[in-house]
Amino acid sequence: MDLTSKTIAGLSEMLQKRELTSKEAAGLYLERIAALDPSINSYITVTTESALADAEKADKRLASGTDITPLTGVPISVKDIFCTEGLKTTCASRMLEGFIPPYDSTVIKKLKDAGAVILGKTNMDEFAMGSSTENSAFGSTLNPWAEDRVPGGSSGGSAASVAADLCAASIGTDTGGSIRQPASCCGVVGLKPTYGRVSRYGMIAFASSLDQAGPLTKDVKDAAIMLGLMAGRDNCDSTSIDASVPDYAGSLQDNIKGLRIGIPNEYFIEGMDKETEGLVREGIKTLKDAGAVIVDISLPHTEYAVSVYYLVATAEASSNLARYDGVKYGQRVDIGSGLIDMYKATRDAGFGAEVKRRIMLGTYALSSGYYDAYYKKATDVRALIKNDFDEAFKTCDVIATPTAPAPAFKIGERTSDPLTMYLSDIFTISCNLAGLPGISLPCGLTEAGLPTGLQIIGKFLGEQDVLNTAYAYEQARGPITQKPKL
Amino acid sequence: MKIDTKDVLHIADLARLALTEEETALYTEQMCNILSYVDKLSALDTKDITASHQEASEGAALREDVVAPSLEGEKVLQNAPEKANKCFRVPRIIE
Repeated sequence: MDLTSKTIAGLSEMLQKRELTSKEAAGLYLERIAALDPSINSYITVTTESALADAEKADKRLASGTDITPLTGVPISVKDIFCTEGLKTTCASRMLEGFIPPYDSTVIKKLKDAGAVILGKTNMDEFAMGSSTENSAFGSTLNPWAEDRVPGGSSGGSAASVAADLCAASIGTDTGGSIRQPASCCGVVGLKPTYGRVSRYGMIAFASSLDQAGPLTKDVKDAAIMLGLMAGRDNCDSTSIDASVPDYAGSLQDNIKGLRIGIPNEYFIEGMDKETEGLVREGIKTLKDAGAVIVDISLPHTEYAVSVYYLVATAEASSNLARYDGVKYGQRVDIGSGLIDMYKATRDAGFGAEVKRRIMLGTYALSSGYYDAYYKKATDVRALIKNDFDEAFKTCDVIATPTAPAPAFKIGERTSDPLTMYLSDIFTISCNLAGLPGISLPCGLTEAGLPTGLQIIGKFLGEQDVLNTAYAYEQARGPITQKPKL
Repeated sequence: MKIDTKDVLHIADLARLALTEEETALYTEQMCNILSYVDKLSALDTKDITASHQEASEGAALREDVVAPSLEGEKVLQNAPEKANKCFRVPRIIE
């Protein structure tokens, strides 16, 4: 087995036995990135120098044999939305071209403290707005399984870098499906934790009541390892939850006998891809065969989720992105006619089309005369969506659904029609609106060889149930033998 | 919901965006489409909903107001497009 295709757990074992040094491991990935990434463009920035320095430090730590975590010396990639001290952070926007954060985001600090080696910053939709990574100012990422297709988004670079073995694992962010949908498109595991489980400090804000960071990995155990190292209360984020962090990886177990898995009929809709539906239903059968009890449930407000999302998320985005005004950081375009014109020229030059569209929509939803009809209405319906889940979890422990209604679509296919693009997130958005944890797992390839994802949604802070269900599925499904051909 | 180019230009001004003529035309059309899609929310009865999501969500916390160190001035200014005398420099505001 090629070393670059190993899991975190697999690499960590070799590193701890000193069969491999972290510097050697980082070198292997950096060579592979240099050889293969030009064809898929999963990285915006490769941080060779600091990666090798991180690896050297990790090797000393491994040699000393103390203070070692499963991530010590393991090379990972991180989405270019996380502030990394001294390493440029663009959020895939011209607006932040050249921005060097003066501090680390809490998640990055935690991963660095655990001894992770950061190989580089991955591509994404600009400011995490998109479902295809086509909205990057630095070019689209291509799907490693089919280079004429998108990798999903917005964490498309992270998902593609994991699928193509250009890192051992990655981290992304998920506002309406931006970890799970690309994980599904690229055939990797992607976990969005409960809102507040992971600190958002230093993670560039899109929609603050929905944004959450999480891992993209090669298997479920790695997702458990990563989450354990990322999660926890942070005084720099007042919405982070003050609850102890369980040993997710240590508590992982595949006995799901008697576990009640809810299947919402609203997630098997007319017009969804038949092959996707078939593979997901097969996945559910695998869980049933492993001893789970399948329960029919209903989430009656599902059809309103996309509407709620595109009002709440854009309203929050219009407010969050007001900070890009050419004053404190990033780009400035001064046309010499005063402050207001400087703001406008800067924002016109710095933002891409989708970001402007969402700022416009959000500004409209919050504007005088429309606030009650749009923003207020959307937050009220959001409460109904959350109630749906509360009701459903009275009769089940976790919920299983498809992650996306179809496999990865072709590059360029949906760029001219924003609404069709928005509907790619139809099965992932509700989780964010309700603040619940969700994971996407690879559940087979279509005849054309495209990955499909099975989503497991859990209760508030129910990450362990989600991970155990996912782990049980993974064990029953068996290892995936196909790899993308690069 | 029907919106026209005049509305779009007003929103662009509120959002501090200078849109080109093509962008204005495109966004007028696309925002009309998106707004008529989200209009389905108006069919739902929400008058009994009292607590908004934010009010009901867990995890919000208060803390003591204690003085703690913040980022050093030099670091705060390190990415400024223009700076002078330890301040951000902006175009003249008052004539």
